[in-house]
Amino acid sequence: MTDTTTLQERVNDLIRPQQVHRDVYTSPEVYRLEMKHLFPNCWVYIGHESQTPNKGDYITAQIGDQPLLMVRHSNDEIYVMYNRCPHKGTKIVIDKAGNTGKFFRCPYHAWSFKTDGCLLAIPLKKGYEGTGLEDTEAAKGLAPVGDMKNYRGFIFARLATEGISFEDFFGESLSSLDNMVDRSPVGKLTVAGAPLRYMHKCNWKMLVENQTDTCHPMVAHESSAGTAVKIWEEMDKPEGTPTPPAMQIIAPFMSPYEFFENMGIRTWPNGHGHTGVHHSIHSDYSDIPGYYDAMVEAYGEERAQEILGENRHNTVYFPNIMIKGPIQQLRNFIPLGPDKTLVESWIFSLDGAPSELTARTAMYNRMINAPTSMVGHDDLEMYERAQEGLMSDGLEWVNIQRLYEDDEDFTETAELNGTTERQMRNQFDAWKRFMIGGAA
Amino acid sequence: MNREEVTDFIYDEAWMLDEGQFHEWLELWLPDAVYWMPLNWNQQDPINETSLLYEDNFMLRLRIERLAGARTFSQKPKSRCHHVLNRPRIVEISDDAAKVMTKMHYVETRLDEQQLLALTVTHDLKATDGGIKIAGKRVDILNCDAAFGNIQLLP
Repeated sequence: MTDTTTLQERVNDLIRPQQVHRDVYTSPEVYRLEMKHLFPNCWVYIGHESQTPNKGDYITAQIGDQPLLMVRHSNDEIYVMYNRCPHKGTKIVIDKAGNTGKFFRCPYHAWSFKTDGCLLAIPLKKGYEGTGLEDTEAAKGLAPVGDMKNYRGFIFARLATEGISFEDFFGESLSSLDNMVDRSPVGKLTVAGAPLRYMHKCNWKMLVENQTDTCHPMVAHESSAGTAVKIWEEMDKPEGTPTPPAMQIIAPFMSPYEFFENMGIRTWPNGHGHTGVHHSIHSDYSDIPGYYDAMVEAYGEERAQEILGENRHNTVYFPNIMIKGPIQQLRNFIPLGPDKTLVESWIFSLDGAPSELTARTAMYNRMINAPTSMVGHDDLEMYERAQEGLMSDGLEWVNIQRLYEDDEDFTETAELNGTTERQMRNQFDAWKRFMIGGAA
Repeated sequence: MNREEVTDFIYDEAWMLDEGQFHEWLELWLPDAVYWMPLNWNQQDPINETSLLYEDNFMLRLRIERLAGARTFSQKPKSRCHHVLNRPRIVEISDDAAKVMTKMHYVETRLDEQQLLALTVTHDLKATDGGIKIAGKRVDILNCDAAFGNIQLLP
């Protein structure tokens, strides 16, 4: 497949309005096309600025299968570039995070680069005199990404040099990121500790879809959430015993279908969307002393109530992250192969807010997202069974038509019944377009 | 308590887990004890950072009850585990308390998959009228920051 017409035909053949072909989850060829087209054409999450607080601090990251590094330069700006020596291709840094000082030095031949990527020095440089090195790509230093953006501390990049702008790509969906950051009385988040890292033997899109699938919690999580509710009810506890934080977190997973129908889903253009328009499983967490007062002092009563009144559950940012504003979490679904995905679950503390909020988000993370989590166990089981089941030749199509409506227009923002699969259809509409360049 | 009682206790606890005697195992715990499995090497703060596990009696009970549930899909079929212990290193011991560190290899298996984890397990033990009990347990996995698939039983 070499020309775009063929690619467009191939992509169109895989996506129908109410179903998608199993090849989008299982085919190594489709995966290769995602790495080559989809991920480079989208704005993809790299990291948070609090991971590189000091000059010379760096982290490693990737977009699709492309190794990247993010670094804070001497002018305090953050740069994102390919993690590849322009000489022989050696990765410049290999650890998840560190500090490189004033420059990077390739460990193979000691070519060195400023922290904005520019070539600084080459040993025995006179060996290149008269060879025309200055006219080569190698002389330009570490290659930058096509474009990057620091949005309220969250660093995104687009690999393609030409393409949709950050603002056009995200549009109104940035309201979810805004709400998460505004929950800090000083409007600033800080990454708290290391991320959970959970390996899934399934396609990355299964995980992204699951973030707005509201018909599975009461089924797949009956064993953990349902058992928790049962044990709590059976316990001999004095009247008025407050519900402990762990129960506040796990019990809503067993909410009935009606709860999820009423909570609503909102979809935005370009594959973004969120569950929890009216309320969510985070709505009824108990107050943390001092937090509301700090918010009122910072924003005034009306604005503080507006910020805290948003209880969005999961916001999907196409293609591959999800955030939970009310508890300051970000999950990154990093593709490693057609049937292999690394899930990183990060938590943030709210600057200027009581630390109990961080304690709650840490509890949520280990209870729900850890490789040791009783809730995560059953999700992973479902994804891996789906990955295996989709190899069946008996059926070729995956059904995503729940609450489908004729002529759905994904260029419009929509608000619907919380159990619709429209957000999945919205993602595949975006998938189709960004696979062939991002044109509307 | 004496060194031999403490050592026997550590071996007996691992044996119970390997045999799936989870309810008996839970009886070994003091009511306010916590099972901690850090996410990071040398992690000091279990509250404001994520851990792999930081569970009180309620959560451990939930974990065990869940294993026996009719709709515990990731436990159909069930996992099995196996601990191999080095000789426990008794760090502190008195008549009524002990701190013990034990190197273990933990194997967990389900279907055709088997994973091996290298552990350093720290026990805080207390003597009670009902025998030795666990006042706290910390399990440091050698590669705690690696990306794992499901770890479903109790290392």
